[in-house]
Amino acid sequence: METLFTLDNVWLALLLKVIAVLIIFLTVPLVMGYMEHKVLAHMQARLGPMEALPHGVGQLVADGIKFLQKENVVPAAADKWVFGLAPGVMLIPAIVVLTVVPFGPGAFAENLDAGIFFALAVSSIGTIGLLMAGWASANKFSLMGGLRGAAQLIAYELPMVLAAAAVVLQAETLSLVGIVEAQAGFRLFGTITIPYAVPHFFGLALFFMSAVAELNRPPFDMPIADAELIAGHMTEYTGIRFAFFLLSEYAGMVVFGALATVLFLGGWYPWPGYLLPEGFLGVVVGFGTTIGKIAAFMFLFIWLRATFPRLREDQLQRLSWLILIPLALLNIVIVAIAKVVA
Amino acid sequence: MPSLPAPPRIGLFKGLGLTLKTMLTPATTAQYPHVKPDLPPRTRGVIALMEENCTVCMLCARECPDWCIYIDSRKETVPAPGGGGRMRTRNTLERFAIDFALCMYCGICVDVCPFDALFWSPEFEYSTYSIRELTHERDQLRRWMDTVPPPPALEVGAETPGEIETGLDKARTQAEEQISAMLAAQRPAGEADADGGAVQTAAADEEPHVEAQVDQAVYDQLTADGVPERAARAKAKAHYVRTERARIKAERAESG
Repeated sequence: METLFTLDNVWLALLLKVIAVLIIFLTVPLVMGYMEHKVLAHMQARLGPMEALPHGVGQLVADGIKFLQKENVVPAAADKWVFGLAPGVMLIPAIVVLTVVPFGPGAFAENLDAGIFFALAVSSIGTIGLLMAGWASANKFSLMGGLRGAAQLIAYELPMVLAAAAVVLQAETLSLVGIVEAQAGFRLFGTITIPYAVPHFFGLALFFMSAVAELNRPPFDMPIADAELIAGHMTEYTGIRFAFFLLSEYAGMVVFGALATVLFLGGWYPWPGYLLPEGFLGVVVGFGTTIGKIAAFMFLFIWLRATFPRLREDQLQRLSWLILIPLALLNIVIVAIAKVVA
Repeated sequence: MPSLPAPPRIGLFKGLGLTLKTMLTPATTAQYPHVKPDLPPRTRGVIALMEENCTVCMLCARECPDWCIYIDSRKETVPAPGGGGRMRTRNTLERFAIDFALCMYCGICVDVCPFDALFWSPEFEYSTYSIRELTHERDQLRRWMDTVPPPPALEVGAETPGEIETGLDKARTQAEEQISAMLAAQRPAGEADADGGAVQTAAADEEPHVEAQVDQAVYDQLTADGVPERAARAKAKAHYVRTERARIKAERAESG
């Protein structure tokens, strides 16, 4: 499938793609952040922000302005260059991944043949930023947070990749657009079309748990752990740099929500195999469907955060190495056998 | 070998259910500056001063645990009441201030005031930008008095408070005297006696006032039965009042 930005002028197309990705990057995480504010508040029997515009819809904009005007404090012992670069290193991968995420039929910047591979690889770069921040802050808590973050990435990247690999095996393509199309043609035992979430239920659970861990979200937020590590790698950051960390967290949630949508929920199809209207209307419906599914995953992220207490670091590692990775391997074996037999 | 963590159980989903239920239940948060709080009538918000009642006895200032009440007074010489005699000296209030930055709202001053000069008011919105303004001077404290709610009504069937009772008694006797004097002036001398009787029968219907005192026989009986001393005394008093009232009524009925 071609992207919407296929134009004769390569440079104009590139410019449009960059603008579109930036618009997505700057708006969707904000909407999701607002959703987190409100859902989390109501789950805790609160109202959440209510003052900035009706029902506090402008709260995150106000927060952004507040972050901008705050002083940028750099600790005296910090490694200045690394300290300054770290938020950017976390932020940029989140933008880059958005270039391959399909939001609708044709509503993607690039359709890479190795799309899912690219997305997972690039999203892991963010952890280097986390490690840089932890190391350069010259702070024990930050260092602990950075090391925990790195250990967590290694532990949870594996089950996530394996869960995604099972889907790739099923769809016979690495391209994200290709996976959506393959899913649209998938019939359970040749009867009805159904999203991969049903046959790959364990895969979805593994992918989602790994995503929670990779984003350092509660209950797997040991690298941040505000009660023990006082926000880990973010301890020494203030102002706009701190805002970058927050933004990259929400962008990461959107990215992983989008990947889970593409891999397991049939992407932009409201139901796989259901034909979208032709032309522009189809793009709009597809875009809305994708955003809705991402929002559902966001709700799940927030729901878990509101409900479960943080695990201990050793429990986290044990959960990954002793349970999730064996299960992910088993999942691949079963999918492979089923693929050959069916 | 490290033991594996127990597999997740149903409790995880119960927890999810709880948070979901909480989310769907409307929050009870009151949006304070937009919605005024619904406070109980006797809320302890600020202390008000009824300076007309203050005798500068200093009890409140002395009892205050954190010394946040400032009182200045001067002696004033006033002529003796009713004329004649030596001049009397009297304390007059010059300054009465409460530092609400120090006050811990214990209410001891309100309780300890023997002349009902201090009151609790439910007003609470008097925060300031400067700590000095939290020292409320006399005029400010007097203004709070306007926000003090009326005292709670007595329970149904409660005894009338002593000071009101004495006042009522005085009024009744005065009224009776006036009526009899009026009647005596209007009627010829011969009928005066009968009219006096009529007034008396009217008075007999009212509850006669009896000064309470302990009925020793009842008190001994009760203490012998193991009733605590205070309760026994109260019951003995009540018994005395009841029997005495009945006796007076019977007497009046006989004579009337």
